[in-house]
Amino acid sequence: MRKPASSTTWILLLGLAPWAAMAADSTTGQAAAAPHGRVDWESWHAHNSLKDLASLQRGARNFMNYCNGCHALKYERYQRMANDLHIPAAALEKDLVPPGSHPLDYITTAMPAADAFNWFGKVPPDLSLITRSKGSDYVYRFLKAFYVEPSTVTGSNNLAYPSTAMPAVLSELGGVNEAVFRQVKDAKEFDHFVNLVRGSMTDAQFDDFVRDTVNFLDYVGEPAQLERQTMGIWVVLFLVLLTWLAWLLKKEYWKDVH
Amino acid sequence: MTDIGADAYGTAIDQSRRKFLTLATSATAAVGVVFAAVPFIESWQPSERARALGAPVVLDISKLEAGQMITVIWREQVIYVVGRAQGLVDKLAKNDGELKDAKSEQSIQPPYAHNEMRSRRADVLVLIGICTHLGCLPRQFFAPGDPVLGASWPGGFLCPCHGSRFDLAGRVLIGSPAPTNLSIPPYSYKDQHTLVIGLDGPQAQGAA
Amino acid sequence: MANEVAQKPGLWGWINRRLPVETFMSSQLLEYYAQKNFNFWYFFGSLALLVLVIQLLSGIFLAMFYKVGAASSFDSVEFIMREVNYGWLLRYLHSTGASAFFLVIYLHMYRGLMYGSYKAPRELLWLFGMMIYLSLMAEAFMGYVLPWGNMSFWAATVIINLFGAVPVVGPTLVEWIRGDYGVADATLNRFFSLHVAALPMVLLVLVGLHVVALHETGSNNPDGIESKQKKSAQGLPLDGIPFHPYYTVKDIFGAGVFLTLFAAVVFFVPTFADLFLEKANFEPADPLSTPDPISPSWYFTPYYAILRSVPNKGLGAVIVLVAVLAFFFLPWLDRSPVRSIRYRGWIFRTFFALFTLSFLGLMYLGLQPAEGIYVTLSRVGCVLYFAFFILMPFYSRIDPVKPVPDRVTFHA
Repeated sequence: MRKPASSTTWILLLGLAPWAAMAADSTTGQAAAAPHGRVDWESWHAHNSLKDLASLQRGARNFMNYCNGCHALKYERYQRMANDLHIPAAALEKDLVPPGSHPLDYITTAMPAADAFNWFGKVPPDLSLITRSKGSDYVYRFLKAFYVEPSTVTGSNNLAYPSTAMPAVLSELGGVNEAVFRQVKDAKEFDHFVNLVRGSMTDAQFDDFVRDTVNFLDYVGEPAQLERQTMGIWVVLFLVLLTWLAWLLKKEYWKDVH
Repeated sequence: MTDIGADAYGTAIDQSRRKFLTLATSATAAVGVVFAAVPFIESWQPSERARALGAPVVLDISKLEAGQMITVIWREQVIYVVGRAQGLVDKLAKNDGELKDAKSEQSIQPPYAHNEMRSRRADVLVLIGICTHLGCLPRQFFAPGDPVLGASWPGGFLCPCHGSRFDLAGRVLIGSPAPTNLSIPPYSYKDQHTLVIGLDGPQAQGAA
Repeated sequence: MANEVAQKPGLWGWINRRLPVETFMSSQLLEYYAQKNFNFWYFFGSLALLVLVIQLLSGIFLAMFYKVGAASSFDSVEFIMREVNYGWLLRYLHSTGASAFFLVIYLHMYRGLMYGSYKAPRELLWLFGMMIYLSLMAEAFMGYVLPWGNMSFWAATVIINLFGAVPVVGPTLVEWIRGDYGVADATLNRFFSLHVAALPMVLLVLVGLHVVALHETGSNNPDGIESKQKKSAQGLPLDGIPFHPYYTVKDIFGAGVFLTLFAAVVFFVPTFADLFLEKANFEPADPLSTPDPISPSWYFTPYYAILRSVPNKGLGAVIVLVAVLAFFFLPWLDRSPVRSIRYRGWIFRTFFALFTLSFLGLMYLGLQPAEGIYVTLSRVGCVLYFAFFILMPFYSRIDPVKPVPDRVTFHA
C-alpha cells in the first residue's frame, strides 16, 4: 500500500538540503582554493578553548597590559573575572585593578572618549561583545593582519578591517610587516607578508599571545558559557530519562488501541 | 476512566504496571518541575549588581570628632556613624531606668555590640539610622539637657515623625512609640581610622 | 453527570456546585473523542501550547529585569546575561522559544494543509489559527526590536518603512507607527507595551477560541474522513478513543522529545549558527550603520524573499500581504471532494510538493544576499508559491482523487 507520508518526508528533506549545506558551510569557513604561495589569511582560525584556564589568565593579563589603555570591557567586573578565571585576590589588586578602582567596578578604560575621537577619528569600541558580534576568528585575524602603510594617519592598515583607525599596537611583540599584493585581473589581491622589523616574540609566541587574548575576549563575551554547557549535559540526560519513561507509559496505554 | 477492560488483543490489562509507570513518570516529571523552578526563583535573589552595590562601605573616621555624625548608605539603609565623648558614654548606665530595653534583649545587633554602649569602641557609635517605629530617619540631639527636650534629656536621637526618643547608644526611651532600640549593622575596623560597614571581620577593638 | 458531581462530598463538591470544573474537565478530556490514527504530525498543536507557556514564563521573568529605553535596553539585556542569577538561561529560553514557536507552528500548519484540516466544517478553526499566526508574527517582530541591537533597529526601520507603500496615507502612517521621525525611543517603548501586554492577551484569547472551535467540530485525521459518526452499540465513536488517557499520554511523550531537543539547543547552541541570535544584534543600535548582510529572522525570510524579488516597492508590499493572506482563503479555494493528501491525485500532489519546495527554498533564499542567481530563484519560488493558491480552484477540481476508505487506516 502506498505511503504518502514517506514522499512528504522526501520533499521536506529536499527542501532542507540547502539549509544543511549552509550550516556545514558556516562551520568550515571559507576555504577558497588559494593560488600557489598565497597566504590564505581568511582561513585562519582562532581554535581557542575556554576550558584552557591558563590561556584565559594569560589573555586577561594581555588585555589589561595592551588593550585596556584604549578599550573598555564595560559589562565585566574585575571581581567576576578573578572569580571565573581563578585569579587570586592579591594578584587581582596588584596587577589588574588600576589605582582608584575597586575590584567590584566594571572594567573601564582610562582613555577619555573625546580625546580618543580627536586623536583617532573614532572612539575605540568597547570589546565586551566583540567576539559575539564579529566572531573570534575575525578578532584573531584582525590582530595578526596589520601591515605598514605610510599613507595612513597611523602608518598602518589591516587586511581584516581595511582603513582601521587602530594603530598596530602589538607590533613591538609581533613585529612590523609589509604586505605584498599581486595584480589579479582588475584588483590587487593580498599575497604574503614580508617582515621588516622583528618583534620581541617569535611567530609561535605571538600566535599564542593573540590566541590567549582572543580566548579571554571569548570568555568576556559570555562568561556563563562553561556553566551553561555543564548544566546542559545534566538537563539533557534528565530529559532523555523522562522521555523514555513517558514512552514506556505511552506504549503501555496504547496496547488498548492497537 | 475508559470502559475498555482489555487491550486490542483481548489480553487483560496489567493495571499494576500502568500504575507503576504512571507513578514513575509523574515522580520524575515532578522532580523536573522542581529543578526547572530553581532558575526562576533564583533569578529573584539579589543580582551581582545588587551584591556589588551592597558591598561593605569603607569609611575613614580619622576626622570624626565627638558630637559629630557621618551618614552613609549601606545596602539601601541609612547608617549613622557618631563620635561620642567618653564622659557621655560613662553616663549611659544612668538612663537604664528610663529605657524600654536597657539590656538590648529585643533589638537587633551583632554579638560584639551587645553591651552597654552597643558598639565595639566607646568613642564611635555605628547604628542603622532608621526608626524602629515606622522607618523615618531620627535626628541628632547629642547635647544633654536640650532646651526643647528638657533638662533631663541625656543626649541622643529624636525621631521627627512620631516623637520616638533614643539615647546615645540608640536605646529607646519609655514613652516612645518605637518598640525597640535602633538596630546595629555588622561592622569592623580595618585599622584605627578605617571603619568597614557591612563586614563583621576579626574582633578588632580600638581604644576602649 | 452534573448531578452526580453535584452530590460529591467535601470541598470538591462545594466547588463543583458553584463552578462546573469536573463536568468541564470530563467533557473536554474523558468524553472528548479523537480518532485513533493520529500520527507524528499531530503532536504540534500541543507542542505549540507548550512553547506558548515557555515564552510566557520566560518573558514575564525577563520583563522583571529588562529596562526599556533606547539608552538602557541593550545594557539591561547584558545585565540579564551576566549579573542576574540564571539570567542567561531566561534569555536563551526566550530566544530559542521564539524560533521553536515558529518551527512548531509551521509544522502544525503543514499538517493542516496535508490533511485538509481547513476544509468544512473546520473553516473557522483554520481562520482562528491564521489569526494566531499573524499575531505571532507581530509579537515576534516587536520582541526582536526590544534588545535594541543593531539588527533590532534596522529590522524595525525596514519593516515599518514597508507601510509607506500604502497609497496616500503611507508616510503619515509610518510616522504614526514610529512616534518619531525615525525609529527611536518612542517606537521601542510602545513595542515593549504591545509585546509584553497587548499581544499576549490577544494570543491567549485566540488560542482559547481556536481550541473551543476544535472541540466543537472535533479533530480531523490523516485519512481526512469524518469517522466519528460511526458509533458502536454503546454510542461511542468506533474509530475514536477518549483524549484522556490516550492522547494525554502520547502528547506527554511528544513534549519529552521536544523538550530534549529544545534543551540541547538552549544549553549548547543557543545562537544556532547565527539563525536564532544574529551576530549583528550583539552590537548596539547604530542609526549610522546598516548591518551587512541584513535579513530578518529565518521564520520571516520566505516573505522577505518574495518582497525582494518584486522590483517595485509598493507592489512588493502588496504581494507579500497577499502571500500571507492567501492562507485565509484555502477553505474556499480547495474544491476537491477529498480532504487528505493520501487520497488526492498526482496533480494536487505535484502542486503541493512544489509549494513545499518553494516555501523552504524562499526561506533559504531570504537569508542570502539579493544578487545574481538568488534573485532569479526567488522569482521562480514566488511563482510556484502563488500557483499553489491561485490555480487551486482549477486543479483541485480536475485532480483524479482516490476512493476514500470508510474507516480510519494506520500507516505504520
